[in-house]
Amino acid sequence: MINKICQGIEDAVAGIEDGAVILVGGFGNAGEPIALLNALAARKPRELTIVSNNAGSGDEGIGQLILGGCVKKFICSFPRVTGADAFDKMYEEGLLELELTPQGTLAERIRAAGAGIPGFYTRTSVDTPLAEGKEVREFAGLDYVLEEAIYGDVALVKAAVGDRWGNLTYTMSSRNFNPVMAMGAKITIAQVGEIVDLGGIEPEQVITPSIFVDKVVQVEA
Amino acid sequence: MVEALNRNQVAWRVANDIDEGAFVNLGVGMPLNVLNYVPEGREIIFHSENGVLGMKPLEEGAEPNLDLINAGKQPISMLPGGAFFHHSDSFAMVRGGHIDVCVLGAYEVGQNGDLANWRLPNTKSAPAVGGAMDLAYGARQVYIMCDHNGRDGAPKIVKQCTLPLTGAKCVTKVFTDIAVIERADDGMVVREMAEGLEFEELQERTGAELRLANDWKTLTAPDIAPPEKRAR
Repeated sequence: MINKICQGIEDAVAGIEDGAVILVGGFGNAGEPIALLNALAARKPRELTIVSNNAGSGDEGIGQLILGGCVKKFICSFPRVTGADAFDKMYEEGLLELELTPQGTLAERIRAAGAGIPGFYTRTSVDTPLAEGKEVREFAGLDYVLEEAIYGDVALVKAAVGDRWGNLTYTMSSRNFNPVMAMGAKITIAQVGEIVDLGGIEPEQVITPSIFVDKVVQVEA
Repeated sequence: MVEALNRNQVAWRVANDIDEGAFVNLGVGMPLNVLNYVPEGREIIFHSENGVLGMKPLEEGAEPNLDLINAGKQPISMLPGGAFFHHSDSFAMVRGGHIDVCVLGAYEVGQNGDLANWRLPNTKSAPAVGGAMDLAYGARQVYIMCDHNGRDGAPKIVKQCTLPLTGAKCVTKVFTDIAVIERADDGMVVREMAEGLEFEELQERTGAELRLANDWKTLTAPDIAPPEKRAR
């Protein structure tokens, strides 16, 4: 019997190694897998690369990883948000690397990894500083920039409902990056507010199919 | 006496420029306010980069839902017919040319339509770009909404941008407190000017070279109170 459900949050994040590239779902606090991030921070990993739209806020979730000295590098589109004090302080002290990526390019680089596409061309960032050092190629008279896939070791996502196969659904706009991150990593771990029996999510309603998910853990909503 | 619009009136003016049936993305900051001034009865479908089509302002007194937010991480509400989707689909809509209009803020707009709106010089803080670069090239029309002059009086519409670009030659139209200016093949054309403003004065307050359209109109808006000053 397939059973991806972990009994405890510690089991869910066990085995995540130092230096791992971690894809983290969420947009601001909506959809940020806070419980998984806090459990990961408690393991005191080192030298992590965090791939996420924002760089956390407050002292939970991504913020807790930063405060714990667990993060070496961020790949994100908008690190500066209200309350991102932990990031701001360490960045200004030169203790965090940052690879800034336009938001749509960030999403597509991760989707590309999950879809077996090592790179793609996009108009986004042509003639701007973010295209510096990247290959530019002309298609039908317009310039496009080559962007490479981001491969995650682990993805941490937050969903509303999951089942023992790993099918997931989300709540409103907290879906955001979560299904994309779930595609792009070797191991995807989902925290869910509710676990239902197989069939409890109608096939028509599944947003992230089980094939992209390796572990499911229920946390207090 | 120049009758400049306040920022809410500029949002009203932008909203009234958008056609029924358009798919519209609103950038963070002043542009998000356009949502509050959609003309009664006009159906416009607003896109939010974080995976929302069909957003509307949160009803007064309604309980905000932390899982339902706009690009500025503020709580919103949904129209019947709205939809949620993930970030790759959201930016496929942007990059794929499916968004009719996006409304963005600006630090600088160049005479050739260049846009700079993500990075100020001499700052220690981390750069942040969000979805602005995707929208600058992806949306069919790029509307800019900004004060005509900064606090120091410096024009935002300049001969040539000096700040790092968000996108090159991408701006379609600029809405300010004193003018509506369109980018044409032969330069910047003034479509509307505030009451009491002479073209010479507008040109003086602008870095880019302007041309006054033959059929220019007076820039007016209904009497709307300015936004409340935020406590600092």
